[in-house]
Amino acid sequence: MSTCALPLLFINLGGEMLYILEQRLQNTPADGTDKVLNDIVGTLFSKAFLDELFKPQQLYSHRTMKTVLSRLAQGSIMRLNPASMDRLYELIVMTLKYQVILCSAQRDLLLISYNHLDSTKRLVQDTPGVLNQVHEAHRRVIEAYTRLPPGELQLLRQTLLNFCEDFHIRVSLFLKSQIQNPNGRFVLATSGPVPQGVEVPGLIRVFDCRGREVQRCEFPTGGDYISPTREGSFDLYGDRVLRLGLNISVSPEETHTSNTKVTTPTPVFLAKEELNLLSRLMGTLKSESETGSRPGPEKSFRISLFPSDQEVDEDVAAASELAQILGQFTEKQEKQESESETKGAELLALMDELE
Amino acid sequence: MFHKEKSIQIKNSASALYNNLSVLRIAPRKLTYFTVVHANVVNMVSASWDGLNYSHRQLQSKEPNVATSTSLIMQASFCVLPSRELLVVTSQKGIQMYESDGSIMVYWHALDTPETPTAQAVFARGISAVWDNYICVGVSSGSILVFDIPSKGSNITLSEVLEEHKEPITDMASECSGSQECIADMVSADDGGNLCLWKAGEEFHLLNKIPGFDMTCSSVKLWKGTVAAGYGTGQIRLYEAVTGILHVEINAHARWINSLDIAPFSGLLLSAAEDSLVRVWHMSLTPETNSVEVAHLHNECVTDTQICGARFCDDDGYAFAVTGYDLSEIIRYTQT
Repeated sequence: MSTCALPLLFINLGGEMLYILEQRLQNTPADGTDKVLNDIVGTLFSKAFLDELFKPQQLYSHRTMKTVLSRLAQGSIMRLNPASMDRLYELIVMTLKYQVILCSAQRDLLLISYNHLDSTKRLVQDTPGVLNQVHEAHRRVIEAYTRLPPGELQLLRQTLLNFCEDFHIRVSLFLKSQIQNPNGRFVLATSGPVPQGVEVPGLIRVFDCRGREVQRCEFPTGGDYISPTREGSFDLYGDRVLRLGLNISVSPEETHTSNTKVTTPTPVFLAKEELNLLSRLMGTLKSESETGSRPGPEKSFRISLFPSDQEVDEDVAAASELAQILGQFTEKQEKQESESETKGAELLALMDELE
Repeated sequence: MFHKEKSIQIKNSASALYNNLSVLRIAPRKLTYFTVVHANVVNMVSASWDGLNYSHRQLQSKEPNVATSTSLIMQASFCVLPSRELLVVTSQKGIQMYESDGSIMVYWHALDTPETPTAQAVFARGISAVWDNYICVGVSSGSILVFDIPSKGSNITLSEVLEEHKEPITDMASECSGSQECIADMVSADDGGNLCLWKAGEEFHLLNKIPGFDMTCSSVKLWKGTVAAGYGTGQIRLYEAVTGILHVEINAHARWINSLDIAPFSGLLLSAAEDSLVRVWHMSLTPETNSVEVAHLHNECVTDTQICGARFCDDDGYAFAVTGYDLSEIIRYTQT
């Protein structure tokens, strides 16, 4: 498949990870949050890291991607427990899957990436050095991808789709917004605007040998399509029009916190309840200093992004389904391990140098 | 017109690829084979016509005698020649040819892959049996490899390389009507929507080139001298093969078309796209007036699914089967 998909994978998965971390860290001291996010963005968008990503290569395996993203998230003073990292990874892959499936035109893949980059710039706007790095990365993406023909962009899209294949985790936010069904599949409407460059279906035109139209007739489409909306901007700055790639959980309803305990019989991530739990946890956390691993008097803290172990135990169905899904990947990955681990290893070594 | 039958469950889901379903009808044994690609594996199901027996097999894409090398598969397709039937599997590393039941690999051809990957991905895609003894396979460089297939055994040789396309080959098809009068034997399509028409022989001869409009032609068929081409814009176009005259243009789908198929005895045309819809059309040709007509017959919506493969299960178009991205089943429909 495409050898140019890895930068987009990192920008989009990394972007989603930053949305979640930014929200979860809202109750830490402000300078702590800023430092964590700036450190992560600074590493992800460092020249050396990007140079490695932009080399033509196949995508990494899920195991390698999770390891690298985990190292990114663990940078600086924040520590995540493995269960949190697993859940974080599944959530961001499901979000990416949603975005790539829903993007109706292959060029929308770039607009999704630009939305992530725009949001990343807003996160680090007070740190000029890191902001410049993101600008530079954005220019690199524009240079590498905007002139690709439709067939290559579609190959890129297929590569990302196949990366997300077989992830069917139900996300409470998606279920509630009715963009995901209880069976885990995303809702695809057979109505709405067609992509740019596509005609609204329904017309059959017949031509003679000289190219003149001699007949036209309509057929029932079984859908309800309308003309395309205006296309978003592919420049460094601009209105992307497309909402895919923006922070999906930022809406007036989602910022409302609730104290009611919600029990779920099916495997679900409880975004609102997680935020409440985290606020309570963060309020009681004392900062710990790591012994040995880090020089200097910096304070560090541990966070658990998702329900505590006790709640995980209650959600046995969730655990076993996750284990099954992870088991499938382990099987797949073992076959591709030798190749992708060497690739991932170079990136990890790079991150060691940058820390 | 068509109603849904019992689906066939497969071991893995279908990957997002063009033309991701191949069907082979084995009348003497009352069986139908189906193949669906998932990552580096071809899932093969053999289904008995009475619906009682299903057997599964998985083929991995790998070089012979190299234990750890696997690569992603781009397409798997049955090739029917007068003397034998083969299953051809194309991947990023090369081309494998199996006996049609997947039991034995009879041939392996390695692609020229560079030592370090390049920005232009390397893979083989586009498979067609042509004439009595050729199987043609497309490559991402635009080349078409022509293999000479003996009536039995593994003495398969590369007979010719056709260098006409400059963009990655997407799909290829041979004249399926069985008519001896047709001039063009094969059509090839590429990422730029360019179509080439070929006459087969010891040396293949380019009959015509129909330029594209900078939009991928992802699936193509050739029937009674008419090319049916499906595009990323959701359009289907019917061209006269030898002259390149555009006879019919259909704004068929709201999203990228991933698969076209034709039932040669009845002139039924099947189209399937990422918009979740499968459509059945009827083509009629009037040689005297050199005209082509298309009538729309039927729609099926596979809810919440981006369809990646659709094939008739027989030459009359009595039944067809469909695969979707991330769906672990082959959905079947039969005429009522």
